[in-house]
Amino acid sequence: MRITVTVDGTSYTDDVEPRTLLVHHLRERLGKVGTVVGCDTSNCGACTVHLDGHSVKSCSVLAVQADGCEVTTVEGLARDGTLHPVQQAFHDNHALQCGFCTPGMIMQSIDLLADNPDPDEQAVREGIEGNLCRCTGYQNIVRAVQDAAHHMRPGAGPEAERVAGVDQATGSRAASSVGGGGE
Amino acid sequence: MTSTAEPEVGRARLRKEDARLITGRTRWTDNMSLPGMVHLAVLRSTEAHAKIVSIDTSAAKEMPGVIAVLTGDDLDPGGQLGMPCAWPISPDMKSPRRPVLAQGQVNFAGEGVAVVVARSAAEAEDALASIDVEYDELPVVLGMENALAEDAPLVHEELGTNRNALWVFDSGEAGSGGDVEQAISEAEVVVKRRFRQQRLVPAFMEPRSCVVDPTAAQLTMWSATQVPHILKTMAALTLGIPEHKLRVIAPDVGGGFGGKIAVLPEEIMALLVAQKLGKPVKWTESRSESMVAAHHGRDQIQDLTIAARRDGTVTGLKVELLADMGAYLGLVGPGVPILGAFMFNAIYKIPAYHFACTNVFTNTTLTDAYRGAGRPEATFGIERIMDELAAELGMEPLELREKNWIKHEEFPYTTVSTLTYDSGNYEAATEKAKQLFDYDGLRREQRERRERGDPVQLGIGISTFTEMCGLAPSRVLGSLDYGAGGWEHSAIRMLPTGKVEVITGSSAHGQGHETAWSQIVSDQLGIPFEDIEVLHGDTQSSHKGLDTYGSRSLAVGGIAVVKAAEKVVAKAKPLAAHMMECSEDDLEFAGGKFTVRGTDKSTTIQDVAFAAFMAHDLPEGMEPSLDAEAVFDPENFSFPHGTHLCAAEVDTETGRVALRSYVCVDDVGSVVNPLIVEGQIHGGLAQGIAQALFEEAVHDESGTLTSGTFADYLLPSAADLPSFTTDRTETPSTTNPLGVKGVGEAGTIASTPAVVNAVIDAVRHFGVNDIEMPLTPMRVWQAIRTGASAAGGPGAEAGGGLGSIDSAQGGAR
Ligand code: FES
Ligand code: FES
Repeated sequence: MRITVTVDGTSYTDDVEPRTLLVHHLRERLGKVGTVVGCDTSNCGACTVHLDGHSVKSCSVLAVQADGCEVTTVEGLARDGTLHPVQQAFHDNHALQCGFCTPGMIMQSIDLLADNPDPDEQAVREGIEGNLCRCTGYQNIVRAVQDAAHHMRPGAGPEAERVAGVDQATGSRAASSVGGGGE
Repeated sequence: MTSTAEPEVGRARLRKEDARLITGRTRWTDNMSLPGMVHLAVLRSTEAHAKIVSIDTSAAKEMPGVIAVLTGDDLDPGGQLGMPCAWPISPDMKSPRRPVLAQGQVNFAGEGVAVVVARSAAEAEDALASIDVEYDELPVVLGMENALAEDAPLVHEELGTNRNALWVFDSGEAGSGGDVEQAISEAEVVVKRRFRQQRLVPAFMEPRSCVVDPTAAQLTMWSATQVPHILKTMAALTLGIPEHKLRVIAPDVGGGFGGKIAVLPEEIMALLVAQKLGKPVKWTESRSESMVAAHHGRDQIQDLTIAARRDGTVTGLKVELLADMGAYLGLVGPGVPILGAFMFNAIYKIPAYHFACTNVFTNTTLTDAYRGAGRPEATFGIERIMDELAAELGMEPLELREKNWIKHEEFPYTTVSTLTYDSGNYEAATEKAKQLFDYDGLRREQRERRERGDPVQLGIGISTFTEMCGLAPSRVLGSLDYGAGGWEHSAIRMLPTGKVEVITGSSAHGQGHETAWSQIVSDQLGIPFEDIEVLHGDTQSSHKGLDTYGSRSLAVGGIAVVKAAEKVVAKAKPLAAHMMECSEDDLEFAGGKFTVRGTDKSTTIQDVAFAAFMAHDLPEGMEPSLDAEAVFDPENFSFPHGTHLCAAEVDTETGRVALRSYVCVDDVGSVVNPLIVEGQIHGGLAQGIAQALFEEAVHDESGTLTSGTFADYLLPSAADLPSFTTDRTETPSTTNPLGVKGVGEAGTIASTPAVVNAVIDAVRHFGVNDIEMPLTPMRVWQAIRTGASAAGGPGAEAGGGLGSIDSAQGGAR
């Protein structure tokens, strides 16, 4: 099947097998290897990306389902060398060790903050429940998400960033498809 | 002139490694793609124990994209190859050959039976289903006591026994203490307990993967391994590849926790297939595959007998272990329980000690190192039985510990198991932990809740621990028959422009060596943190090393870095003197500058490096280079310690356990980067708590792993864990110049018994004195109701069995 998917601002048209998972399409065809695979039962969240602005486990979406959609991966978050506030917060709070879970964690955290801009500790823990990390014990991840929330408070950045992201990437992308997500 | 710059060592530097990891600019092995690369998929046995009658690969060979389908006999017609075990713990240890792919017989469900080579990973996997294997079932040996029974069927008929080895230490015989039998017979109080260390899956997040390129100048293998150097040497030995023709690269590697310390049949397979086909090959496992085929951890039955006087003075400890090796021996598998032999006596002055471990074969996935390797098991055993002894004596469990532990003024202290602890201060760590925890307040609340019969009871768990880490003095490893030394290598390259490359034999996979080593070198040479690049994990650039495990990187590899830097300074000094026309004796070096004492005349080490590079005007006989390397072999282990306190709320009506508070005060000696140390503690705690409450690898009676996916094996998520309160005391190690001790395993070692002790403490008044791990609500509830510890009882049926195990690769039937 022929599909067209916009990934991190670039549009790609490819013939894919109907059974190809989005994550395999991203990694193997498009070279978007920043997104990784950690399991085969959709439990680990390592493969999390945004599909039209909402986080999905890209191992549980077929590539053909993404036809006509916009995908944002961890590789598409930084703008002009400036990290997304969630990426920055992961760095600032030592929220990663080996970093294998990190792309998925960051994508999921951005989605979580779009739904709840000021989550308490429990809300963060529940919001990232579908993403497993074996290294950090989660404490610094939770801290990072709350720190990012603080920096992304209205007026402090996310709106401005989304707009900047749109201009920079394709000029046509829906605001909700870039880090920060929909309402 | 002394530099006033703040020292780098001790600073909470944000990590250099993060930049690429948070932006997805990563080099995981599975990201590699080479021209003409083909893909491997391994068919795994669905039987735990069976003769292979036939393997029909003809249909699979016809499948689209398939290039070859190979069996063990195809890869190794003579049946000569065996996977290496580097730790023969006794001269008469029984070692079965572990073939690259099963030949004639399978011995655990998940063992490789055939390999498909295809143009894509999906095509390789598709073809697995077309391979037809006919098995003739053999009786399945499960459970260590069953395996040792008189007429038990044998895992390996040719060995004549399921007993792998017996390893004994006796303080009476060693002359390091008294006779334990005498201590027991003369004791005023004797407590005996049997504890079970359930089987665990390391469950690192990055699945294992390797890529082999036979078209490169050297045969090159990328692998998601903790041990690239060991892998290189072992692969060369196993396959007879000239070692200088092999290059191993550990690119970005995801956390391993001991689970990536192995030399894999799949790595050997990839080397064989790549050479055979002359094409690059890649193998990446699925999670289901990883669960059955990557080694497991723990799995011991521990029989402990502790002897004491009524006043609480411990007079003897006897430890008898059974350790399940699984079907074969891993790289260091047989030695893992032996690492615990020196740690059951822990922080206590125990006058008589006996340790005996029987390693046993069963038809299960092999076991090997998992975070802590032997020491969590030992710490669990002793810390659990100290609580039991306290209950027996009616003593406050912290007081019992304090009565027996080594006092800070008694260091260095040589223990009954012959180790010399260089330093420690158990009083200080415990006092700090008690304050942070509000120990007395929680004890009060516990009493109140008990008195009013609150359905939610509070328990307080204690774990005071030490560990031997920083593996290790080579001579000690030699005395334990370990198949390698324990040194580490480092080299420093002083580049012409004043930048520095640091080469290390440690192989980081999440530990932050790039950051920590930069901090160390920055202080040693006075070079800015940003001007330092750390190279590791490639046998071409870091040619020499013994890799990362056993909390050894900083305490051994970090010290090698210090030694190499000292050599650089020593080499630079005569040139600096030459440049400033003074005597070497008049120079002092600090903050990156050589200064002529008593003057303001100075030159920077960068200037000296440039002068060495130009080499136009060097002192007589000096080689034109400041580069230096060092190999450091420690004189002793390091002995981190700490006090962990856990408050658990147990709902006596449902058996549900909630961790209300977890406080730990660790003493890991001097700290290079507190941020990294804290992260290591957090992650360690999570893994230790997971053993106590959540995780278990469960086999059904046919030997199928029923907890073989992340849907069935309960890895804790953020929602399952509390926030931890972590703090430190700092008693520097006296055996290395940085005073560091190692932190990678501390959290895991200490936390499991703290949690279990807390839960038992909450329900002891119901007559409960043990509950087997993991402490599922079902087991806790059952124990409260019946007092049974639930040995193999309800709660063992971990997971729901979603039917999601991949039958070709997941070893399920
Ligand atoms: S790889 Fe998608 S959830 Fe694990
Ligand atoms: S940082 Fe290693 S798995 Fe999360």
